[in-house]
Amino acid sequence: MPLSDIKSDFPTLNQKINDNDLIYLDNAATTQKPISVINAVSDYYKKTNSNIHRGVHTLSQEATEKYENARKKIAKFINSNEKEIIFVRGATEAINLVANSYVRPLLKPKDQIIITEMEHHANIVPWQIVCNEKEAELKILPINKKGELVINELEKLINEKTKFMAINHVSNSLGTVNNIRKIVEIAHKHNVRILIDGAQAVQHIPVDVKKIDADFYCFSGHKIYAPTGIGVLYGKKNLLEEMPPYQGGGDMIKSVTFEKTIYNDVPNKFEAGTPNISGAIGLGTAIDYILEIGIENIAKHEAELLNYASEKIRKIDGVDIIGNAKDKASVLSFTIENIHPHDIGTIMDSQGVAIRAGNHCTQPIMDFYSIPATARASFAIYNDKTDVDKLISSVRKTIEVFR
Amino acid sequence: MNLDELYQEVILDHSKNPRNKTELENFTHEAKGHNPLCGDQISIQIIMKGEEISDVKFTGAGCAISTASASILTEAIKGKSKNEIEKIFENFHNLVTGNKTEEDLGKLTIFEGVQKYPVRIKCATLSWHALMAAINGEKETSTE
Repeated sequence: MPLSDIKSDFPTLNQKINDNDLIYLDNAATTQKPISVINAVSDYYKKTNSNIHRGVHTLSQEATEKYENARKKIAKFINSNEKEIIFVRGATEAINLVANSYVRPLLKPKDQIIITEMEHHANIVPWQIVCNEKEAELKILPINKKGELVINELEKLINEKTKFMAINHVSNSLGTVNNIRKIVEIAHKHNVRILIDGAQAVQHIPVDVKKIDADFYCFSGHKIYAPTGIGVLYGKKNLLEEMPPYQGGGDMIKSVTFEKTIYNDVPNKFEAGTPNISGAIGLGTAIDYILEIGIENIAKHEAELLNYASEKIRKIDGVDIIGNAKDKASVLSFTIENIHPHDIGTIMDSQGVAIRAGNHCTQPIMDFYSIPATARASFAIYNDKTDVDKLISSVRKTIEVFR
Repeated sequence: MNLDELYQEVILDHSKNPRNKTELENFTHEAKGHNPLCGDQISIQIIMKGEEISDVKFTGAGCAISTASASILTEAIKGKSKNEIEKIFENFHNLVTGNKTEEDLGKLTIFEGVQKYPVRIKCATLSWHALMAAINGEKETSTE
Protein backbone atom coordinates (compact mmCIF):
# COMPACT_ATOMS: atom_id res chain seq x y z
CA MET A 1 0.00 0.00 0.00
CA PRO A 2 1.49 3.38 -0.93
CA LEU A 3 1.85 5.56 2.16
CA SER A 4 0.30 8.54 0.35
CA ASP A 5 -3.14 6.88 0.34
CA ILE A 6 -3.16 6.21 4.05
CA LYS A 7 -4.90 9.39 5.20
CA SER A 8 -8.13 8.36 3.52
CA ASP A 9 -8.27 5.26 5.76
CA PHE A 10 -8.75 7.50 8.82
CA PRO A 11 -12.18 9.20 8.91
CA THR A 12 -11.33 11.60 11.76
CA LEU A 13 -8.54 13.17 9.73
CA ASN A 14 -11.00 14.37 7.11
CA GLN A 15 -12.37 17.42 8.89
CA LYS A 16 -11.92 21.12 9.43
CA ILE A 17 -10.83 22.49 12.78
CA ASN A 18 -11.36 26.24 13.15
CA ASP A 19 -11.86 26.50 9.36
CA ASN A 20 -8.57 24.78 8.60
CA ASP A 21 -7.83 21.20 7.55
CA LEU A 22 -7.03 19.19 10.65
CA ILE A 23 -3.32 18.45 10.98
CA TYR A 24 -3.19 15.84 13.72
CA LEU A 25 0.21 15.75 15.43
CA ASP A 26 -0.70 14.47 18.87
CA ASN A 27 -0.08 10.83 18.11
CA ALA A 28 2.04 10.13 21.18
CA ALA A 29 -1.09 10.91 23.22
CA THR A 30 -3.34 8.76 21.05
CA THR A 31 -3.56 7.80 17.40
CA GLN A 32 -6.57 8.04 15.13
CA LYS A 33 -8.27 4.80 14.10
CA PRO A 34 -8.40 3.35 10.58
CA ILE A 35 -11.84 2.50 9.21
CA SER A 36 -10.99 -1.23 9.36
CA VAL A 37 -10.60 -1.00 13.16
CA ILE A 38 -13.79 1.04 13.55
CA ASN A 39 -15.66 -1.51 11.40
CA ALA A 40 -14.22 -4.47 13.31
CA VAL A 41 -15.54 -3.05 16.59
CA SER A 42 -18.88 -2.08 15.12
CA ASP A 43 -19.27 -5.45 13.31
CA TYR A 44 -18.57 -7.25 16.54
CA TYR A 45 -21.46 -5.44 18.24
CA LYS A 46 -23.73 -5.79 15.20
CA LYS A 47 -23.12 -9.47 14.53
CA THR A 48 -21.14 -11.32 17.17
CA ASN A 49 -21.69 -9.70 20.57
CA SER A 50 -21.65 -12.41 23.23
CA ASN A 51 -19.68 -13.36 26.32
CA ILE A 52 -16.57 -15.43 25.84
CA HIS A 53 -15.09 -18.64 27.24
CA ARG A 54 -18.32 -19.94 28.74
CA GLY A 55 -21.14 -20.20 26.26
CA VAL A 56 -21.96 -23.34 24.31
CA HIS A 57 -23.99 -21.34 21.85
CA THR A 58 -22.72 -20.29 18.46
CA LEU A 59 -22.24 -16.58 19.11
CA SER A 60 -20.24 -17.18 22.26
CA GLN A 61 -17.98 -19.54 20.38
CA GLU A 62 -17.52 -17.00 17.61
CA ALA A 63 -16.75 -14.21 20.07
CA THR A 64 -14.24 -16.43 21.88
CA GLU A 65 -12.57 -17.33 18.63
CA LYS A 66 -12.24 -13.68 17.57
CA TYR A 67 -10.91 -12.66 20.98
CA GLU A 68 -8.36 -15.47 21.10
CA ASN A 69 -7.44 -14.86 17.49
CA ALA A 70 -6.52 -11.28 18.43
CA ARG A 71 -4.28 -12.67 21.15
CA LYS A 72 -2.51 -14.87 18.57
CA LYS A 73 -1.95 -11.88 16.27
CA ILE A 74 -0.43 -9.87 19.11
CA ALA A 75 1.78 -12.78 20.17
CA LYS A 76 3.11 -13.06 16.64
CA PHE A 77 3.50 -9.29 16.28
CA ILE A 78 6.03 -9.10 19.14
CA ASN A 79 7.38 -12.63 18.58
CA SER A 80 5.99 -14.34 21.65
CA ASN A 81 3.63 -17.14 22.58
CA GLU A 82 -0.12 -16.55 22.98
CA LYS A 83 0.03 -17.97 26.53
CA GLU A 84 2.29 -15.07 27.40
CA ILE A 85 -0.12 -12.34 26.25
CA ILE A 86 -2.43 -10.85 28.88
CA PHE A 87 -5.12 -8.40 27.90
CA VAL A 88 -5.25 -5.37 30.18
CA ARG A 89 -6.75 -1.86 29.98
CA GLY A 90 -3.50 -0.32 28.84
CA ALA A 91 0.20 0.00 29.66
CA THR A 92 -0.67 1.64 32.98
CA GLU A 93 -2.64 -1.38 34.15
CA ALA A 94 0.09 -3.71 32.88
CA ILE A 95 2.70 -1.94 35.01
CA ASN A 96 0.40 -1.98 38.05
CA LEU A 97 -0.20 -5.69 37.51
CA VAL A 98 3.53 -6.46 37.53
CA ALA A 99 4.15 -4.12 40.48
CA ASN A 100 1.45 -5.86 42.51
CA SER A 101 1.74 -9.49 41.45
CA TYR A 102 5.41 -9.89 40.70
CA VAL A 103 7.36 -7.23 42.58
CA ARG A 104 5.33 -6.69 45.76
CA PRO A 105 5.64 -10.30 47.04
CA LEU A 106 9.43 -10.35 46.67
CA LEU A 107 10.17 -6.87 48.05
CA LYS A 108 11.66 -6.48 51.54
CA PRO A 109 12.65 -3.36 53.48
CA LYS A 110 15.71 -1.57 52.02
CA ASP A 111 15.40 -3.44 48.70
CA GLN A 112 15.70 -1.31 45.58
CA ILE A 113 13.90 -0.84 42.29
CA ILE A 114 15.61 1.00 39.44
CA ILE A 115 13.70 3.20 37.01
CA THR A 116 15.00 6.09 34.89
CA GLU A 117 14.76 9.85 34.86
CA MET A 118 12.80 9.78 31.58
CA GLU A 119 9.85 7.63 32.67
CA HIS A 120 6.20 8.48 32.17
CA HIS A 121 4.38 8.94 35.49
CA ALA A 122 2.75 5.55 34.80
CA ASN A 123 6.17 3.94 35.14
CA ILE A 124 7.05 5.91 38.30
CA VAL A 125 4.01 5.99 40.57
CA PRO A 126 3.19 2.23 40.72
CA TRP A 127 6.79 1.61 41.85
CA GLN A 128 6.60 4.41 44.41
CA ILE A 129 3.45 2.85 45.82
CA VAL A 130 5.01 -0.61 46.35
CA CYS A 131 8.27 0.92 47.59
CA ASN A 132 6.42 3.01 50.17
CA GLU A 133 4.44 0.05 51.33
CA LYS A 134 7.46 -2.25 51.61
CA GLU A 135 9.92 0.41 52.82
CA ALA A 136 11.99 -0.19 49.72
CA GLU A 137 13.87 2.43 47.70
CA LEU A 138 13.41 3.78 44.20
CA LYS A 139 16.70 4.43 42.39
CA ILE A 140 16.88 6.62 39.31
CA LEU A 141 19.12 6.09 36.28
CA PRO A 142 19.94 9.62 35.04
CA ILE A 143 19.74 11.15 31.57
CA ASN A 144 22.18 13.52 29.87
CA LYS A 145 21.39 16.88 28.22
CA LYS A 146 20.71 15.20 24.89
CA GLY A 147 17.98 13.17 26.57
CA GLU A 148 19.83 9.84 26.48
CA LEU A 149 20.15 7.43 29.37
CA VAL A 150 23.57 7.42 31.01
CA ILE A 151 23.86 3.65 30.75
CA ASN A 152 27.36 3.63 32.30
CA GLU A 153 25.76 4.69 35.57
CA LEU A 154 23.65 1.55 35.65
CA GLU A 155 26.54 -0.68 36.75
CA LYS A 156 27.09 1.65 39.73
CA LEU A 157 23.40 1.76 40.60
CA ILE A 158 22.68 -1.95 40.43
CA ASN A 159 23.61 -4.13 43.43
CA GLU A 160 22.44 -7.09 45.51
CA LYS A 161 19.58 -4.95 46.88
CA THR A 162 18.19 -4.35 43.39
CA LYS A 163 15.07 -6.47 42.97
CA PHE A 164 13.55 -5.10 39.77
CA MET A 165 13.98 -2.63 36.94
CA ALA A 166 11.41 -0.79 34.83
CA ILE A 167 12.27 1.39 31.86
CA ASN A 168 10.61 2.77 28.78
CA HIS A 169 11.61 1.61 25.31
CA VAL A 170 10.89 5.01 23.73
CA SER A 171 10.43 8.24 25.71
CA ASN A 172 7.05 9.89 25.17
CA SER A 173 8.34 13.41 25.71
CA LEU A 174 11.88 13.20 24.27
CA GLY A 175 11.45 10.57 21.57
CA THR A 176 14.66 8.82 22.71
CA VAL A 177 14.89 5.17 21.64
CA ASN A 178 16.72 3.44 24.46
CA ASN A 179 19.28 0.71 23.95
CA ILE A 180 17.01 -1.85 25.56
CA ARG A 181 19.07 -4.91 24.67
CA LYS A 182 22.10 -3.50 26.42
CA ILE A 183 20.09 -2.54 29.51
CA VAL A 184 18.35 -5.92 29.73
CA GLU A 185 21.74 -7.60 29.39
CA ILE A 186 23.13 -5.63 32.35
CA ALA A 187 20.01 -6.33 34.44
CA HIS A 188 20.18 -10.05 33.72
CA LYS A 189 23.89 -10.21 34.44
CA HIS A 190 22.90 -9.16 37.97
CA ASN A 191 19.90 -11.52 38.05
CA VAL A 192 17.48 -8.59 38.05
CA ARG A 193 14.18 -8.96 36.19
CA ILE A 194 13.06 -6.06 34.02
CA LEU A 195 9.86 -4.59 32.60
CA ILE A 196 9.96 -2.61 29.36
CA ASP A 197 7.24 0.00 28.84
CA GLY A 198 6.73 -0.13 25.09
CA ALA A 199 3.78 2.28 24.92
CA GLN A 200 5.71 4.59 22.56
CA ALA A 201 7.64 1.88 20.72
CA VAL A 202 5.46 -0.82 19.12
CA GLN A 203 3.73 1.61 16.74
CA HIS A 204 7.03 3.01 15.46
CA ILE A 205 9.73 0.32 15.42
CA PRO A 206 9.85 -3.47 15.13
CA VAL A 207 9.74 -5.10 18.57
CA ASP A 208 10.88 -8.66 19.25
CA VAL A 209 10.50 -9.51 22.94
CA LYS A 210 12.57 -12.69 22.55
CA LYS A 211 15.47 -10.84 20.98
CA ILE A 212 15.28 -8.12 23.64
CA ASP A 213 14.92 -10.89 26.24
CA ALA A 214 12.45 -8.72 28.18
CA ASP A 215 10.91 -10.36 31.25
CA PHE A 216 7.83 -8.17 30.86
CA TYR A 217 6.85 -5.87 28.00
CA CYS A 218 3.69 -3.79 27.77
CA PHE A 219 1.86 -1.38 25.51
CA SER A 220 -1.50 0.37 25.03
CA GLY A 221 -3.83 -0.33 22.13
CA HIS A 222 -5.01 3.22 21.58
CA LYS A 223 -1.51 4.45 20.68
CA ILE A 224 -1.25 1.81 17.98
CA TYR A 225 -4.43 2.64 16.01
CA ALA A 226 -6.71 0.48 18.21
CA PRO A 227 -9.52 1.54 20.60
CA THR A 228 -8.95 2.89 24.11
CA GLY A 229 -9.34 0.57 27.09
CA ILE A 230 -7.30 -2.31 25.69
CA GLY A 231 -3.64 -3.02 26.15
CA VAL A 232 -1.16 -5.84 26.43
CA LEU A 233 1.17 -7.26 29.02
CA TYR A 234 3.68 -9.77 27.75
CA GLY A 235 5.41 -11.83 30.44
CA LYS A 236 7.72 -14.82 30.28
CA LYS A 237 5.55 -17.86 30.90
CA ASN A 238 7.51 -19.21 33.87
CA LEU A 239 7.26 -15.80 35.60
CA LEU A 240 3.54 -15.48 34.93
CA GLU A 241 2.97 -18.97 36.28
CA GLU A 242 4.69 -18.30 39.58
CA MET A 243 2.87 -14.97 40.12
CA PRO A 244 -0.29 -14.72 42.24
CA PRO A 245 -3.38 -13.30 40.48
CA TYR A 246 -3.82 -9.53 40.18
CA GLN A 247 -7.61 -9.49 40.52
CA GLY A 248 -10.05 -12.17 41.50
CA GLY A 249 -13.31 -12.95 39.72
CA GLY A 250 -14.89 -15.01 37.01
CA ASP A 251 -12.86 -16.52 34.17
CA MET A 252 -9.61 -16.51 36.15
CA ILE A 253 -10.53 -19.69 38.04
CA LYS A 254 -10.81 -23.40 37.37
CA SER A 255 -13.02 -24.18 40.33
CA VAL A 256 -14.39 -22.30 43.31
CA THR A 257 -15.63 -23.57 46.67
CA PHE A 258 -15.81 -21.56 49.86
CA GLU A 259 -12.86 -23.57 51.14
CA LYS A 260 -10.57 -23.38 48.14
CA THR A 261 -10.26 -21.83 44.70
CA ILE A 262 -8.07 -23.21 41.97
CA TYR A 263 -6.83 -20.53 39.59
CA ASN A 264 -6.95 -20.84 35.85
CA ASP A 265 -3.81 -21.26 33.74
CA VAL A 266 -2.03 -18.25 32.26
CA PRO A 267 -3.01 -16.00 30.63
CA ASN A 268 -6.60 -16.41 31.90
CA LYS A 269 -5.40 -16.29 35.52
CA PHE A 270 -4.82 -12.57 34.98
CA GLU A 271 -8.04 -11.79 33.13
CA ALA A 272 -10.73 -11.67 35.82
CA GLY A 273 -14.22 -10.72 34.71
CA THR A 274 -15.58 -10.10 31.24
CA PRO A 275 -12.76 -8.46 29.31
CA ASN A 276 -12.81 -5.73 26.67
CA ILE A 277 -13.71 -8.16 23.88
CA SER A 278 -14.38 -5.59 21.17
CA GLY A 279 -11.21 -3.72 22.15
CA ALA A 280 -9.11 -6.86 21.77
CA ILE A 281 -10.66 -7.54 18.37
CA GLY A 282 -10.00 -3.92 17.38
CA LEU A 283 -6.39 -4.27 18.46
CA GLY A 284 -5.99 -7.42 16.41
CA THR A 285 -7.38 -5.56 13.39
CA ALA A 286 -5.03 -2.61 14.03
CA ILE A 287 -2.10 -5.01 13.96
CA ASP A 288 -3.35 -6.45 10.66
CA TYR A 289 -3.39 -2.91 9.32
CA ILE A 290 0.17 -2.22 10.50
CA LEU A 291 1.45 -5.49 9.07
CA GLU A 292 -0.13 -4.71 5.72
CA ILE A 293 1.95 -1.53 5.50
CA GLY A 294 4.93 -3.11 7.21
CA ILE A 295 6.44 -1.91 10.47
CA GLU A 296 9.83 -1.36 8.76
CA ASN A 297 8.15 0.90 6.18
CA ILE A 298 6.43 2.79 8.99
CA ALA A 299 9.72 3.23 10.87
CA LYS A 300 11.41 4.52 7.71
CA HIS A 301 8.58 6.90 6.82
CA GLU A 302 8.36 8.37 10.32
CA ALA A 303 12.14 8.72 10.63
CA GLU A 304 12.18 10.74 7.39
CA LEU A 305 9.36 12.95 8.68
CA LEU A 306 11.06 13.50 12.03
CA ASN A 307 14.34 14.45 10.35
CA TYR A 308 12.57 16.78 7.94
CA ALA A 309 10.63 18.46 10.77
CA SER A 310 13.67 18.70 13.06
CA GLU A 311 15.80 20.35 10.39
CA LYS A 312 13.09 22.87 9.56
CA ILE A 313 12.16 23.77 13.11
CA ARG A 314 15.79 24.12 14.18
CA LYS A 315 16.21 26.95 11.67
CA ILE A 316 13.57 29.10 13.35
CA ASP A 317 15.02 31.72 15.71
CA GLY A 318 14.14 31.15 19.35
CA VAL A 319 13.09 27.51 18.91
CA ASP A 320 14.84 24.81 20.92
CA ILE A 321 14.35 21.08 20.44
CA ILE A 322 14.07 19.25 23.76
CA GLY A 323 15.49 15.77 23.30
CA ASN A 324 18.34 15.39 20.84
CA ALA A 325 19.21 11.74 21.28
CA LYS A 326 21.09 9.98 18.50
CA ASP A 327 18.32 7.43 18.14
CA LYS A 328 14.82 8.96 18.16
CA ALA A 329 11.32 7.96 17.11
CA SER A 330 8.35 10.12 16.13
CA VAL A 331 8.49 12.74 18.88
CA LEU A 332 9.50 16.37 18.38
CA SER A 333 9.37 18.30 21.65
CA PHE A 334 10.23 21.97 21.47
CA THR A 335 10.08 25.30 23.23
CA ILE A 336 9.83 28.80 21.79
CA GLU A 337 11.69 31.55 23.61
CA ASN A 338 9.36 33.65 25.81
CA ILE A 339 6.21 31.84 24.70
CA HIS A 340 4.56 29.39 27.05
CA PRO A 341 3.71 26.00 25.47
CA HIS A 342 0.03 26.45 26.30
CA ASP A 343 -0.11 29.61 24.26
CA ILE A 344 1.69 27.77 21.45
CA GLY A 345 -0.92 25.00 21.67
CA THR A 346 -3.87 27.40 21.53
CA ILE A 347 -2.49 29.44 18.64
CA MET A 348 -1.59 26.35 16.61
CA ASP A 349 -5.03 24.86 17.26
CA SER A 350 -6.62 28.00 15.82
CA GLN A 351 -4.91 26.95 12.58
CA GLY A 352 -6.08 23.36 12.79
CA VAL A 353 -2.75 22.01 14.00
CA ALA A 354 -3.24 19.66 16.97
CA ILE A 355 -0.17 19.30 19.16
CA ARG A 356 0.29 18.57 22.85
CA ALA A 357 1.42 21.23 25.30
CA GLY A 358 2.36 20.39 28.87
CA ASN A 359 4.66 18.17 30.87
CA HIS A 360 3.50 15.02 29.05
CA CYS A 361 3.20 13.14 32.35
CA THR A 362 6.98 13.37 32.70
CA GLN A 363 7.43 16.07 35.32
CA PRO A 364 10.96 14.86 36.27
CA ILE A 365 12.12 15.49 32.68
CA MET A 366 10.77 19.05 32.81
CA ASP A 367 12.59 19.56 36.12
CA PHE A 368 15.79 18.18 34.56
CA TYR A 369 15.66 20.80 31.78
CA SER A 370 14.31 23.49 34.17
CA ILE A 371 11.31 24.18 31.96
CA PRO A 372 7.63 24.15 32.94
CA ALA A 373 6.46 22.36 29.83
CA THR A 374 7.13 21.74 26.15
CA ALA A 375 5.13 21.81 22.96
CA ARG A 376 5.19 18.38 21.35
CA ALA A 377 4.46 17.28 17.82
CA SER A 378 4.40 13.52 17.34
CA PHE A 379 4.05 11.68 14.04
CA ALA A 380 2.18 8.62 12.84
CA ILE A 381 1.88 6.66 9.61
CA TYR A 382 -0.70 9.03 8.11
CA ASN A 383 1.37 12.20 8.54
CA ASP A 384 3.27 13.59 5.58
CA LYS A 385 5.58 16.45 4.63
CA THR A 386 2.62 18.75 4.00
CA ASP A 387 1.67 18.28 7.67
CA VAL A 388 5.20 19.18 8.72
CA ASP A 389 5.14 22.28 6.50
CA LYS A 390 1.88 23.30 8.19
CA LEU A 391 3.46 22.70 11.58
CA ILE A 392 6.40 24.92 10.69
CA SER A 393 4.26 27.76 9.31
CA SER A 394 2.11 27.51 12.40
CA VAL A 395 5.17 27.86 14.67
CA ARG A 396 6.15 30.96 12.70
CA LYS A 397 2.64 32.37 13.05
CA THR A 398 2.77 31.78 16.81
CA ILE A 399 5.99 33.77 17.06
CA GLU A 400 4.36 36.58 15.03
CA VAL A 401 1.42 36.82 17.44
CA PHE A 402 3.82 37.44 20.28
CA ARG A 403 6.17 39.78 18.41
CA MET B 1 -12.44 31.41 16.20
CA ASN B 2 -10.69 34.72 16.26
CA LEU B 3 -7.32 34.56 17.98
CA ASP B 4 -7.18 38.33 18.45
CA GLU B 5 -10.12 38.09 20.86
CA LEU B 6 -7.98 35.99 23.18
CA TYR B 7 -4.54 37.49 22.62
CA GLN B 8 -5.50 41.17 22.72
CA GLU B 9 -2.82 43.85 22.60
CA VAL B 10 -3.27 44.68 26.28
CA ILE B 11 -3.02 41.03 27.30
CA LEU B 12 0.14 40.55 25.22
CA ASP B 13 1.59 43.73 26.71
CA HIS B 14 0.93 42.60 30.28
CA SER B 15 2.29 39.12 29.58
CA LYS B 16 5.52 40.52 28.17
CA ASN B 17 5.88 43.32 30.71
CA PRO B 18 4.00 42.21 33.77
CA ARG B 19 3.29 44.93 36.35
CA ASN B 20 3.94 44.43 40.06
CA LYS B 21 5.78 41.18 39.43
CA THR B 22 8.09 41.19 42.42
CA GLU B 23 8.25 40.19 46.05
CA LEU B 24 6.33 42.46 48.42
CA GLU B 25 8.11 43.63 51.54
CA ASN B 26 6.15 43.51 54.77
CA PHE B 27 3.29 41.55 53.25
CA THR B 28 0.65 40.41 55.69
CA HIS B 29 -0.84 37.56 53.68
CA GLU B 30 0.39 35.36 50.86
CA ALA B 31 -0.89 32.33 48.97
CA LYS B 32 0.30 30.15 46.14
CA GLY B 33 -2.04 29.19 43.32
CA HIS B 34 -1.28 26.06 41.34
CA ASN B 35 -2.82 24.75 38.16
CA PRO B 36 -1.94 21.04 38.15
CA LEU B 37 -3.16 20.70 34.59
CA CYS B 38 -0.33 22.79 33.18
CA GLY B 39 2.02 23.37 36.10
CA ASP B 40 1.45 27.13 36.23
CA GLN B 41 2.20 28.64 39.63
CA ILE B 42 1.31 32.15 40.74
CA SER B 43 2.01 33.46 44.24
CA ILE B 44 0.18 36.53 45.50
CA GLN B 45 1.41 38.67 48.38
CA ILE B 46 -0.78 41.40 49.87
CA ILE B 47 -0.73 43.97 52.62
CA MET B 48 -4.13 43.97 54.28
CA LYS B 49 -4.98 46.81 56.63
CA GLY B 50 -8.27 46.02 58.29
CA GLU B 51 -10.57 45.24 55.38
CA GLU B 52 -8.50 47.09 52.79
CA ILE B 53 -5.82 45.66 50.51
CA SER B 54 -3.30 48.47 50.41
CA ASP B 55 -0.72 46.75 48.23
CA VAL B 56 -0.37 43.63 46.11
CA LYS B 57 2.44 41.93 44.16
CA PHE B 58 2.80 38.60 42.41
CA THR B 59 5.52 36.16 41.44
CA GLY B 60 5.54 32.90 39.53
CA ALA B 61 5.55 31.46 36.06
CA GLY B 62 2.76 30.75 33.68
CA CYS B 63 1.35 31.22 30.21
CA ALA B 64 0.52 34.59 28.65
CA ILE B 65 -3.06 34.47 29.89
CA SER B 66 -2.25 33.63 33.52
CA THR B 67 0.63 36.13 33.66
CA ALA B 68 -1.42 38.96 32.12
CA SER B 69 -4.34 38.14 34.38
CA ALA B 70 -2.15 38.33 37.50
CA SER B 71 -0.60 41.58 36.29
CA ILE B 72 -3.95 43.24 35.58
CA LEU B 73 -5.35 41.89 38.86
CA THR B 74 -2.71 43.78 40.82
CA GLU B 75 -3.80 46.99 39.16
CA ALA B 76 -7.50 46.30 39.55
CA ILE B 77 -7.67 45.49 43.24
CA LYS B 78 -5.15 47.79 44.89
CA GLY B 79 -6.87 49.94 47.50
CA LYS B 80 -10.11 47.95 47.32
CA SER B 81 -11.83 46.34 50.30
CA LYS B 82 -12.28 42.63 50.80
CA ASN B 83 -15.99 42.89 49.97
CA GLU B 84 -15.36 44.86 46.82
CA ILE B 85 -12.76 42.34 45.66
CA GLU B 86 -15.10 39.42 46.27
CA LYS B 87 -17.65 41.12 44.04
CA ILE B 88 -15.10 41.86 41.31
CA PHE B 89 -13.93 38.25 41.31
CA GLU B 90 -17.47 36.97 41.08
CA ASN B 91 -18.11 39.24 38.11
CA PHE B 92 -14.76 38.36 36.53
CA HIS B 93 -15.49 34.67 36.91
CA ASN B 94 -18.86 35.18 35.23
CA LEU B 95 -17.17 37.10 32.44
CA VAL B 96 -14.61 34.42 31.56
CA THR B 97 -17.10 31.57 31.88
CA GLY B 98 -19.58 33.30 29.56
CA ASN B 99 -22.17 34.18 32.19
CA LYS B 100 -23.89 37.52 32.75
CA THR B 101 -21.87 40.14 34.60
CA GLU B 102 -23.60 42.67 36.81
CA GLU B 103 -21.14 45.53 36.76
CA ASP B 104 -18.73 47.03 34.30
CA LEU B 105 -15.38 45.41 34.93
CA GLY B 106 -13.32 48.13 33.26
CA LYS B 107 -9.98 46.87 32.01
CA LEU B 108 -10.75 43.34 33.12
CA THR B 109 -13.29 43.00 30.29
CA ILE B 110 -10.41 42.31 27.87
CA PHE B 111 -10.51 38.74 29.21
CA GLU B 112 -13.97 38.24 27.71
CA GLY B 113 -12.39 36.29 24.82
CA VAL B 114 -11.33 33.52 27.20
CA GLN B 115 -14.91 32.21 27.35
CA LYS B 116 -14.48 30.77 23.85
CA TYR B 117 -11.47 28.75 25.05
CA PRO B 118 -12.82 26.61 27.91
CA VAL B 119 -9.46 24.95 28.64
CA ARG B 120 -7.92 28.38 29.23
CA ILE B 121 -10.46 29.66 31.80
CA LYS B 122 -8.33 28.37 34.66
CA CYS B 123 -5.34 30.29 33.29
CA ALA B 124 -7.32 33.51 33.65
CA THR B 125 -8.64 32.72 37.13
CA LEU B 126 -5.50 31.21 38.71
CA SER B 127 -4.21 34.45 40.24
CA TRP B 128 -7.69 35.31 41.47
CA HIS B 129 -7.97 32.01 43.29
CA ALA B 130 -4.57 32.69 44.86
CA LEU B 131 -5.68 36.19 45.87
CA MET B 132 -8.88 34.95 47.49
CA ALA B 133 -6.90 32.27 49.33
CA ALA B 134 -4.48 34.91 50.62
CA ILE B 135 -7.31 37.17 51.78
CA ASN B 136 -8.94 34.22 53.55
CA GLY B 137 -5.71 33.31 55.31
CA GLU B 138 -5.01 30.15 53.32
CA LYS B 139 -1.52 29.28 52.12
CA GLU B 140 -2.27 27.36 48.98
CA THR B 141 -4.97 26.81 46.43
CA SER B 142 -5.43 24.79 43.29
CA THR B 143 -7.64 25.31 40.26
CA GLU B 144 -8.71 21.64 40.44
